[in-house]
Amino acid sequence: MAMDPVLLTVIEKGLQQVCTEMDLVHEKTAFSPVISEAFDRSNGIYALEDGSMIAQGELALPIFIGVMQETTRSVIQARNDLDDGDVILVNDPYFGGTHLMDVKMVRPFYYRGEHWCYLSNTGHWPDTGGMVPGGFNSTATEIHQEGLRIPPVKLCRRGEIDKEILSLVLANIRVADERIGDIKAHLGALEAGARRLTALLDRYGKETVEEAIAELRRRSEKMMRAHIETIPDGTYSSVAYLDSDGVVNEPLEVRLEVTVKGSDITFDFSKSSPPCAGPLNSVWATTLSAVYGAMKHIFPDVPMNSGCFAPIHVKEPRGTFLYAEYPRPVAGCAAEVSQRIMEAVFLALAEAIPDRLFAAPAGTSGNISIGGYDPEEKRHYIMYYFSGGGYGGWWRGDGISNGCSTIGISKSQPVEILEQRYPIIFDEFSLREGSGGAGKYRGGFGVRYRARILRGEGKASFLMEHGRFGPPGILGGKPGAPNVIRICQGGKIVQPEHISKGEGFVLKPGDWIEVETPGGGGYGDPAERDPVLIERDRIRGYYPDPSNPPAADQT
Amino acid sequence: MSNISIGVDVGGTFTDFLMIDTERREFRVAKVPTTVDDRARGFMQGLAELGVDFEAIDWLVHGTTAGTNAVLERKGARCGLITTRGFRDVLELGRRTRPYAYGLSGTFEALIPRELRLEVRERMDAAGRVVEPLNEDDVRAAVKKLLEMDVESVVIHFLHSYANDTHEKRCAEIVRSLWPNKNVVAGHEIIREMREFERGSTAAIHGAIRPIVARYIERVADELAKKGFRKELLVMQANGGMMAASVVGEHAVHTVMSGPAGGVLAASAIAKAAGFPNIITGDMGGTSYDVAVIVNGEPVITAEKDLAYGVPLRIPMIDMSTVGAGGGSIARIDAAGMLRVGPESAGSFPGPIGYGRGGTEPTITDANLLLGRINPTSITGSDAPAPLDKIASILEEKIGRHLGLDVVASAAAILDIAVNELAGAIRLISIEKGHNPRDFALMPFGGAGPLHAVAIARELGIPHVLVPRFPGLTSALGCILADVRHDFVQTVNLPLASLDPKEIDSIFARQVEEGRALLAREKVEVKEIVTRHEADLLYRGQSHVIRLPVESPGFDPQKVGERFAQHYIDRFGISLAEMSPMLVNVRTTVIGVRERIDLSLFRPQVTTDVNEARTGRRKVYFNGEWVETDIYRRDLLPAGAQFEGPAIVEQMDATLVVDPGARCRVDDFGNILIEVNGFNAAG
Repeated sequence: MAMDPVLLTVIEKGLQQVCTEMDLVHEKTAFSPVISEAFDRSNGIYALEDGSMIAQGELALPIFIGVMQETTRSVIQARNDLDDGDVILVNDPYFGGTHLMDVKMVRPFYYRGEHWCYLSNTGHWPDTGGMVPGGFNSTATEIHQEGLRIPPVKLCRRGEIDKEILSLVLANIRVADERIGDIKAHLGALEAGARRLTALLDRYGKETVEEAIAELRRRSEKMMRAHIETIPDGTYSSVAYLDSDGVVNEPLEVRLEVTVKGSDITFDFSKSSPPCAGPLNSVWATTLSAVYGAMKHIFPDVPMNSGCFAPIHVKEPRGTFLYAEYPRPVAGCAAEVSQRIMEAVFLALAEAIPDRLFAAPAGTSGNISIGGYDPEEKRHYIMYYFSGGGYGGWWRGDGISNGCSTIGISKSQPVEILEQRYPIIFDEFSLREGSGGAGKYRGGFGVRYRARILRGEGKASFLMEHGRFGPPGILGGKPGAPNVIRICQGGKIVQPEHISKGEGFVLKPGDWIEVETPGGGGYGDPAERDPVLIERDRIRGYYPDPSNPPAADQT
Repeated sequence: MSNISIGVDVGGTFTDFLMIDTERREFRVAKVPTTVDDRARGFMQGLAELGVDFEAIDWLVHGTTAGTNAVLERKGARCGLITTRGFRDVLELGRRTRPYAYGLSGTFEALIPRELRLEVRERMDAAGRVVEPLNEDDVRAAVKKLLEMDVESVVIHFLHSYANDTHEKRCAEIVRSLWPNKNVVAGHEIIREMREFERGSTAAIHGAIRPIVARYIERVADELAKKGFRKELLVMQANGGMMAASVVGEHAVHTVMSGPAGGVLAASAIAKAAGFPNIITGDMGGTSYDVAVIVNGEPVITAEKDLAYGVPLRIPMIDMSTVGAGGGSIARIDAAGMLRVGPESAGSFPGPIGYGRGGTEPTITDANLLLGRINPTSITGSDAPAPLDKIASILEEKIGRHLGLDVVASAAAILDIAVNELAGAIRLISIEKGHNPRDFALMPFGGAGPLHAVAIARELGIPHVLVPRFPGLTSALGCILADVRHDFVQTVNLPLASLDPKEIDSIFARQVEEGRALLAREKVEVKEIVTRHEADLLYRGQSHVIRLPVESPGFDPQKVGERFAQHYIDRFGISLAEMSPMLVNVRTTVIGVRERIDLSLFRPQVTTDVNEARTGRRKVYFNGEWVETDIYRRDLLPAGAQFEGPAIVEQMDATLVVDPGARCRVDDFGNILIEVNGFNAAG
């Protein structure tokens, strides 16, 4: 054994702590509620040569697992003029990114005068301009409608913010005054990381830390390989469906073939739908990251660094909507398409390793944004709300109800806070009875909520999924109930043409929107369900109408 | 005035007793196994062991885990909920989370099952205006239904009741008239803070434990009265204060987590007396390590804890963070071949291998035994010496073989990793609170705390470690040192610039009045009453509040705003002059201050020489080699005694390991003050 095992663990934890500290500074000082309340941010350390992940904060959103190293890699390729104290600002999705709202910063880290690695972070800004407040449009047909696209530019030069770049950015986004707070939070996190990393290198020595990083990569790879070896060799396939791209009202298919051979696993999405007209395309970094994230959900104990990605091979699905190129719109990629990719991974592997898997979760971020003017408070507002849904039944129990999206870890905002901040009132926020897919272990339940406009006029946009088909069950389990949206305008109830997506719904006082989020799929044959649990569910009123089990298909 | 005070802390495994006679400047200690089937029995037993005449006891303060455990094990009372129509599932749905960041498995059971959660028509808006009046027929129907379902307690939880409590009040009136019972609680009676899930969960915890805690405390009080105890039994709260047993029912939720809180309170009082107002406490027991950061001798009070997954608790509590590493934490090799310690624990049963109760997994305690750091012949609760051979063979098989290390090196590796992990956790916790650990002294307590304190302090660059006289009885001491204390919170949620300061002053005044009335009902002899006011602030658009002390009467929004801006610069190095500060909550603490106990009574009375306290030597493994190490008996160490590491100090309730190079001195309060780098090294 080359390296002292204690030192190895100590350095592993040390690197991890640098990232956690960055995450904490970022979250505590941010203005974007999406960052501070929903933790929609990520911080990490990336290799000098190629940007591959050395360590990344575990408090970050799962979607960023593979994204940050792609962003850093792209910056390395594009800029060879970086000095100590420079910080690159970038949100270009085609440039190792996600959607425009995830704004990234990359800072070359210099150790004692020598460029040693990169520190990078990303944070979700509540707005980056574009056709709808908040950026979650569902009808754009090119990136330019979606908001301000920032190529890798120097926001800071040798420690000083470039005011010209800053003013250009702020002039193109809504509620710009709060964004300067978010920019400072990004920079503060990078600075904290630089400080702590310097201390770590001082303490253990550069060579030792480098040796440890290489060894940690080998260990993670070994562990991931050990897990993959438990999957029987073979090819497994699955299809996950998106309701539509928001423009053309037809389902999109994520078609996956997974091939396991020994300790290598290859994901082939090449038979998926071609690039779509609306914003439900995924960029390569996001597609890749979704696969990594799914594998981490299945094998959560593997420590995160680029080593654990080595045995995971994803073929570049060129020519499909999972490999979007300029100028395809991509607003839905991080929140929705990525979750369908994860679902395809779960479904494909369910038959291979059923004792480690779960039926499909609700798998949508359930985004609704309402933008408007509150005449009482005399101010403009943008309200975001992300809702949860049921998780799939799993190998030893029923799914969780109102679970977070699989790519997120954020809590939803309390009704009392939403009502404090915006001119709306909720008539209901409740468990959606009957929505969990039947099974030996049933799916968890989705949520039903109805929000009414109290004052002024607002405009609602929806970017949700699983409205056409409910989350599938596995091993004989039934699907969970699909997502439903109802909008009441002047007493008339309408539903979006695209079922789970739509925008520009004008709401006047008294008008309301109602959403029923999906339940999780069931695991195993419902006939095998323990009668004690069936009776418990009956007493709790989970399935008020026993003759009408959760619907399977609304097409 | 007062002379005999007794603190009793009922923990999961042991019940600790500490008696202090301030007149005679004497103390006595006792430790008995907790009688889980009937905790009152162990309580009375231990008191008897102290050998004190019940009639002579002036203060008897009790810390109990009865409530905490009932919640964690979902063994609370059968509790019903009456809530706003459309919102019965708030407690079950939570805020869209999952138990683990990665992995989509796991389960969750709401504190109140769905069939016992009923809705009534009523609604307030966020400003506290009535949107729909309370439908009293609905309430009556709900009560009838709940009673048919045999509930033992009822929780009333309406939306925005923090802004306007009239519906909750009226509903409670109706419930109490139909079901005259003390086990009825309305959410606003517990906290007046926005966030429906968190407030509802807090109320539900209260509803679930009130009958249990009240019944237990009544039983103890009865037994005590029978034996001749004449004073009011007092009960410890999570905020580090205590309350009279007579009001424990209505404040039952405040007993949750009170044991560890007592420990932190005692630690801060001891450290302050010893001249260390800024300390980090590390309470290490069998399964966990609790960390608290104390500034200026005052524990920080927070209200943002989760008792368990999906069970937030928003009562004011001494701020502590728990790390999953205790004496029973298990060491193992993971699939990547890395050595890991914890979070799995062998618990107290079967416990570490060394306890000889059938444990077969190597733990931190086993590593300490093998390396000579813990005396293998004095295992608490066991007469047999620790089976060192068995520990060695298991370490070899489960750890050493995989790492290419011999047994001793494996044990040392386990401790190194544990120390590193604990130090890392302390660093992050300090940073989260905006502090640098180097500016603090470390105070270890709990049975296992002093074993690793010097190593942890060195790792963090902390210059001093202060080990209290009875590390294993700190929670019991906290009971004795506590004041009577009550906290109040009210959500305001207005921009500082536009609010009416008189309005804020009157909220503060109401809170003070409520606190004083409560103190009066408790009939506890206090020296004086102190009130404190605080404000939770943020900039409009943010989520995380910052709490600052404020003055009232004479609340001055402009001054508060300036202080907030300054705090932001100090803490984060960021100036946000362009943003609008908001006053989110106002808080008042009312403290009935008791006569202070002079902690110098812990000054050792022995006149022995330090050499007489040295009772032996044994080989202990430090830094890669076996070192002949002096063993001291704590109770024989005189005040002023000085000695150097390597050394081991043994006492009934804990073992202290002094690493080579560190220097110790016994201070006038019986603490051992350790300069971790010797007296000459700079911090």
